[in-house]
Amino acid sequence: MDQIKVGAPPLTKRQLMWKKIKKSRDYYILMAPYAILFFTFTIIPVIMSLGISFSYFNLLEPPRFIGLDNYIKLFLEDDVFIIALKNTLILAVVTGPISYLLAFVFAWLINELRPRLRSILTLIFYAPSISGNAFLMWLLIFSGDVHGYANAFLIKYGIIDSPILWLKDPDYIMLVIIIVQLWLSLGVSFLAFIAGLQNVDRNLYEAGAIDGIRNRWQELWYITLPSMKPQLMFGAVMQITTSLAIAQVSMQLVGFPSVQYAGHTIVTHLIDYGTIRFDLGYASAIATVLFIIMMTTNLIVRQILRKVGD
Amino acid sequence: MKLFKKTRRLNRTLGGDILLFLVLAIFGFFSAYPLIMTASNAFKPLDELFLFPPRLFPRNLTLDNFRDLSELIGNSWVPFSRYFFNTILITALGTVGHVLIASMAAFPLAKYKFPGRGLFFTLVVYSLMFAPQVTATPNYIIISGIGLIDTPGAIILPAIASSLGLYLMKQFMTQIPDELIESAKIDGASEYRIFFQIVMPLVKPAWLTLIILLFQRLWTTDGGSFIFSEQMKPLSYALQQIAQGTIERAGTIAAVSFIMMIVPVTFFILSQSRVVETFSHSGMK
Repeated sequence: MDQIKVGAPPLTKRQLMWKKIKKSRDYYILMAPYAILFFTFTIIPVIMSLGISFSYFNLLEPPRFIGLDNYIKLFLEDDVFIIALKNTLILAVVTGPISYLLAFVFAWLINELRPRLRSILTLIFYAPSISGNAFLMWLLIFSGDVHGYANAFLIKYGIIDSPILWLKDPDYIMLVIIIVQLWLSLGVSFLAFIAGLQNVDRNLYEAGAIDGIRNRWQELWYITLPSMKPQLMFGAVMQITTSLAIAQVSMQLVGFPSVQYAGHTIVTHLIDYGTIRFDLGYASAIATVLFIIMMTTNLIVRQILRKVGD
Repeated sequence: MKLFKKTRRLNRTLGGDILLFLVLAIFGFFSAYPLIMTASNAFKPLDELFLFPPRLFPRNLTLDNFRDLSELIGNSWVPFSRYFFNTILITALGTVGHVLIASMAAFPLAKYKFPGRGLFFTLVVYSLMFAPQVTATPNYIIISGIGLIDTPGAIILPAIASSLGLYLMKQFMTQIPDELIESAKIDGASEYRIFFQIVMPLVKPAWLTLIILLFQRLWTTDGGSFIFSEQMKPLSYALQQIAQGTIERAGTIAAVSFIMMIVPVTFFILSQSRVVETFSHSGMK
């Protein structure tokens, strides 16, 4: 126990704080390795990215301050960025909410089943998101010739006469990306929902039935959803972040760059300037815009979800 | 056959159950189809590969695609075992390091109060809200500044600091009873002993979750712009090179995808219940 000596002046606020910090030494030591890596590869890069975005930097010469030039070029002169921005927002607005809803609905439906069947279906829905590049299978499904499964199917049943160039025709590129992205999207939030549903207090359902809840929809709205608000919040963050960062599927399925940039997104634009053209100042400006979009969306959606059930 | 749970049959109708099954069957098929086709195409001879309607299960099982793959690999000047070794090294060091280092940080965050704790955890939660691509450019500068470019460390170190893992581990540790830690302290155990001998064994389900999340990221990494020499490149890069090209290589692509897919999926099958258990503590305020 720390004893204050009689007659000694009382500790100031700063001294008290210092005492607490010294007492917590072990905690800081335990946290140090992670904290160093986290600051080096996450926090400092965000700040650096903001700084570099006001400069011209190609890694060979020292960065040169150019003020807002990168941002002005981005929004006023770079038509491809505007396409990328539009595509990213379309993809996010479509795949974000749909994948969130699908993750919840499937988790909710399979929660009714017996454990064995439930594990099998969990595996079936979750597996695409951990299967590495198995999504390349969609290359064969959406192949542009008559051998592509989608074309062969549609021709066989007389829905189309000639094969559609799914991966090359700008009219279909976004549709393909959306389908494949949705297929991949039952990831960690899906698991969080399953776990959340398993933890809803059983007694609440019986109490609800006595209180006059008559069908599964009412049960869902009045008991289940409010009980798993924290998981819903976590899932939202995961789905928003993923849906705004779509790039891999686009690059590998419809090409990089895609025909008429029809599948170009902010992240593919970022990759273009960051790793191909080595215009790091410009790439950082793109990254900063993406960062702001992601943070704003997340914070707004969090505020909305907080109100659910209140 | 009984498909539903015995308990909780309140408020359920037959019509609703049938609808539920239909929805699950249709979407389950949609979800599983590409994976099943990937697996089955990997074992199909060429003439069956382009058959319509495609066979879900090959009639003549063959290992031709894997033989083609190994032939293509044999032609590359870097021995295939080298790519494989690189991936194993990255995946093993990355996942073990992540579980250990993230757990070490999660323990005080979950169980003690000290100056800076709230701020640090808030930063971690905020970092979940943007994708790692945002920091790719400065990361490149930092990694090349430290001199890690073209070493496995360039992939491993940023992966170890993944914030999702720390977040899930911290949430999971919060449910460890305080009394357990208090009584160990009375017995004179140090914080480090408490961490390694009491906390770590209790959070095994969370280990598996952190492993599976990082495993699939590292297992499929192609090294990107961080690793450029051929003999340092991971497996996924080599397989992607082989899979370049279109429909003629469909069989080889399927063989490649099958190899990349089967490892994480098997791991998930074996650890599913523990992983789901971890996520029950994933909630966010």
